[in-house]
Amino acid sequence: MGETPHRSADAGTGGTRVTEGHQWPAGASARMAEAPVSVRTPGGPGLGGGGALPTARRFGAERAFRGLTLAAGGFVLVVIAAIAIFLIAKAVPALQANTENFWTFEGWFPNDAEPKFGIGALAFGTVLTATLALLVAVPIALGIALYLSHYAPRRVGTSLGFLIDLLAAVPSVVFGLWGREIFLNPVRDFSAWLNTYFGWIPIFGGDGPFGRSILLGSLVLAIMVLPIVTSLSREVFLQTPTANEEAALALGATRWEMIRTAVLPYGRPGIIAAVMLGLGRALGETIALAMTLGITFNISFNLIENGGNSIAANIANTFGEANETGRGALIASGLVLFAITLIVNITARAIIYRRREFTESAA
Amino acid sequence: MTTTLTSHRPRPPAQPPTLRARRLPKWLPPAVALGALLVAAAIVYGAGIGGPVLVVVVGALLYLVGLFAAANAVEGRRSARNRTWSALIHSAFVLAVLPLASVVWTLVTKGLERFDANFFLTSMNNIGARDPEGGAYHAIVGTLIQVGIAALITIPIGILCAIYIVEYGRGRFAFAIRFFVDVMTGIPSIVSGLFVLAFWVLVVSPYFSSTGRPGFSGFAAALALSVLMLPTVVRSTEEMLRLVPAPLREGAYALGVPKWKTILRVVLPTALPGIVTGVMLAIARAAGETAPVLLVAGGGAAINFNPFENNQSSLALFVYQQAGDASRYAPARAWTAALTLVALVLILTVAAKLLARRNRLGR
Repeated sequence: MGETPHRSADAGTGGTRVTEGHQWPAGASARMAEAPVSVRTPGGPGLGGGGALPTARRFGAERAFRGLTLAAGGFVLVVIAAIAIFLIAKAVPALQANTENFWTFEGWFPNDAEPKFGIGALAFGTVLTATLALLVAVPIALGIALYLSHYAPRRVGTSLGFLIDLLAAVPSVVFGLWGREIFLNPVRDFSAWLNTYFGWIPIFGGDGPFGRSILLGSLVLAIMVLPIVTSLSREVFLQTPTANEEAALALGATRWEMIRTAVLPYGRPGIIAAVMLGLGRALGETIALAMTLGITFNISFNLIENGGNSIAANIANTFGEANETGRGALIASGLVLFAITLIVNITARAIIYRRREFTESAA
Repeated sequence: MTTTLTSHRPRPPAQPPTLRARRLPKWLPPAVALGALLVAAAIVYGAGIGGPVLVVVVGALLYLVGLFAAANAVEGRRSARNRTWSALIHSAFVLAVLPLASVVWTLVTKGLERFDANFFLTSMNNIGARDPEGGAYHAIVGTLIQVGIAALITIPIGILCAIYIVEYGRGRFAFAIRFFVDVMTGIPSIVSGLFVLAFWVLVVSPYFSSTGRPGFSGFAAALALSVLMLPTVVRSTEEMLRLVPAPLREGAYALGVPKWKTILRVVLPTALPGIVTGVMLAIARAAGETAPVLLVAGGGAAINFNPFENNQSSLALFVYQQAGDASRYAPARAWTAALTLVALVLILTVAAKLLARRNRLGR
């Protein structure tokens, strides 16, 4: 400043402004750092260093770029709104043509002259398979995550964690194919065994045939969700402050007590978020269920008899022969699925946002 | 004082006092395991209620009980809990590895059956149920075209949106965008397929097609995939932009560089490796999606290089269709296509992760 006398002379007029620009701490984030530029934009005569600021014309580029990013940001909102609008617009005519109650009717005949279809059984199947899958997957996933983060030797933990991440990327159609061609046989044997010895429990009752059942679908779903929940919760567990763990150990805690008192409480929001995201995945899963469920249209708690259906699997299976009303009916069912997953996701996000430090790891 | 001291003077102990707590001898846990297995075998085969699998399951349960009892007797309750939980966590790991290993094993062994030149150089055109030939060339072409277009659409919008969120956005609007990007992450793939069906295929495409009728196309599939990719790209880019150190930006501002130029010349290049990683992961996820392609691209047997007209297939859809095909040669094709798809996805994922590992911004 000292070498440019005319500027330092100007600086006297805007002296306070110059210091204002330094009010923000040096380590402030970019949002803060933006402020000084925009404060000086209405280009009055030279403030301190003001002569070096770009002219208004150069700020045109700034405004254009800003507008561009704003448009891209708004585009996301537009897409979400468009999804809701177009689905509703296509679903309403089909819903009006429906001659049965959409919520309670158990069946799917939208292509007939008198369209009859109901979402009840499908929504039930969707929620049932997803819940069962999570009941199986979450304890095991948390166990593996703990094993990888706190039990396994570090090197083993890192490389196995990498493998789990890779498994999370395997497409669902592959799991569906495996479930249908390979996993079906052991599950059928297991179902028959359950039926023989536990047939008196209604969920394991029935006379068969067994195999392509809710059980198979949920187990395949569980195997798919497992890597996702594992990799998310492993990251959360790894973030536990070492000081907390060492403090617990120094007080004489066993390894499990250390995990229970230091790791799990610290990771709880992250675990909840991971489970909710897994639930979102399980609810929306299409192809794996379409390939493994037995496709019926009744509400039944029987887990092992051929049967079961879900909203997404039904869309994939019946889309081929759907006429216009049929498509509308499928879109209406998709709208219900959209609403369910939206609720689950918003709940998950609300939980994550309450504890912001987990946002990065749990996304 | 002295009286109390003398009265409490210890009698000669039955065994020498040690500082160390009593521990289970090393040989005991394996012995308990062996005993549990023997007892389980006796129970299962004695009652005739199952085979070797049940023996292992019952044996594992007995082992947990036995270990807890033994440790409880020798080492005390806390240590017994610790041992039991440790055993549970290790068994969760084994339990999950079995099915995942089975998936990988069948994928490789069955996939290599048709892993030949013919598979990669022919389509399914004019392939009847009795032909052992036929390949996935058309599907590979479809996957590459659709994912390529989706990436072209998503990358600019996603990066600009992330720039808005990190650099410009503030207040309620930016928060809404951030929130809905998070919510969008959970949109089921089938819903995005239905959206593009309702929006592009049924409403917009009749204006473009020569026949004036709604038609499937690869471009519609690309649109559906980009709805799925967008939130992933935005989230990962956002995370990377936040990791760019503030002093870099402030240095640029101090030199009088306008904000947009700072972002383009300083912030983006610094965050580039991370952004590329995120984009590659998003592409890998999109490449494995089946449901949207099924709904809006229709699938087809012939090679179609034109994404704007006529049906197109994709690898994932090919797997799904071949798995449902009655031909006895179809399963082999399905497995090989699944292996190809997994190889494609995993190569992308591994490359992305290695890139991320090499260029890690300080966390």
